[in-house]
Amino acid sequence: MKFAVVVFPGSNSDYDAFYAASRVLGEQAELVWHKDTDLKGADAVILPGGFAHGDYLRTGAIARFSPIMGAVKTFAERGGPVLGICNGFQVLLEAGLLPGAMVRNDRIKFVSQLVPVRVEQTDTPFTAACAAKQVLRMPIAHGEGNYYAPPDVLEQIEANRQVIFRYTDAAGDAAAASNPNGSLNNIAGICNRERNVVGLMPHPERAAEPALGSADGRLVLESAVRAVTDGVKLHA
Amino acid sequence: MKARVYVTLKPSVFDPQGRVVADALVTLGYQDVQDVRQGKFFEVELSDADPASAKARVTEMADKLLANPVIESYRVEVLQ
Repeated sequence: MKFAVVVFPGSNSDYDAFYAASRVLGEQAELVWHKDTDLKGADAVILPGGFAHGDYLRTGAIARFSPIMGAVKTFAERGGPVLGICNGFQVLLEAGLLPGAMVRNDRIKFVSQLVPVRVEQTDTPFTAACAAKQVLRMPIAHGEGNYYAPPDVLEQIEANRQVIFRYTDAAGDAAAASNPNGSLNNIAGICNRERNVVGLMPHPERAAEPALGSADGRLVLESAVRAVTDGVKLHA
Repeated sequence: MKARVYVTLKPSVFDPQGRVVADALVTLGYQDVQDVRQGKFFEVELSDADPASAKARVTEMADKLLANPVIESYRVEVLQ
């Protein structure tokens, strides 16, 4: 299968994602510049981490207007698997492809650490290879990962099982003490209603091999391979 | 023509930056400070000379880009 990794000016995890997809998983991968308007026949799209457009104004606020986002939106609407990692998650929120918004971490500081994250749902193209309630160790590195949604929206996404990853302790308990940034309900990742668009703050591509301190993130990308191989249906 | 846009976090959204500024002010001896909310201020220069259409344009800009309606509200002022 083929991954497209979108490169915005200011992306810094683009090569990590490209490397994880092509060298670790051994799949095809192509970097796609943000001014391009097509996804080069990819089966899955990754919006990588970084600081697109310098994070000026708000994280992801300028990137959502990049020319490639039209193609990403169309691809998502047809049912194609789209993964937003960290800054990529912020872009998906600003673009309205995922509900809610990010605000500054509650303790103001940029947090960079390896954290346990519990897989809440396995029926998405980026968690299909995980076990239910499996705890993955993946790094976070962000200043604005404090997930917010208005009360009615939060209630909806919980009811629709759109919360895909939650910050927990090593045993998988989502206590307030395990929340690194103040995110509502310890939310680390969500999906859209149709479940094909997923965003998460932790970096699976930076935890794809044992040499990186954890290989758990590999499962997130392997899920996409499984989903595509099993036949994700794209509709016209 | 000039327009001003004030963007603030909605009251229901916690503002960690404003909280830190409030704490700093109290530390500086301003014990009467109860809370601080931090926002953004934009000054937009326009070639448009009609105040009504300028206001409509800038409101559209605020809605589309300058503010994120999920977490922020905004106010637009047009200066003569």
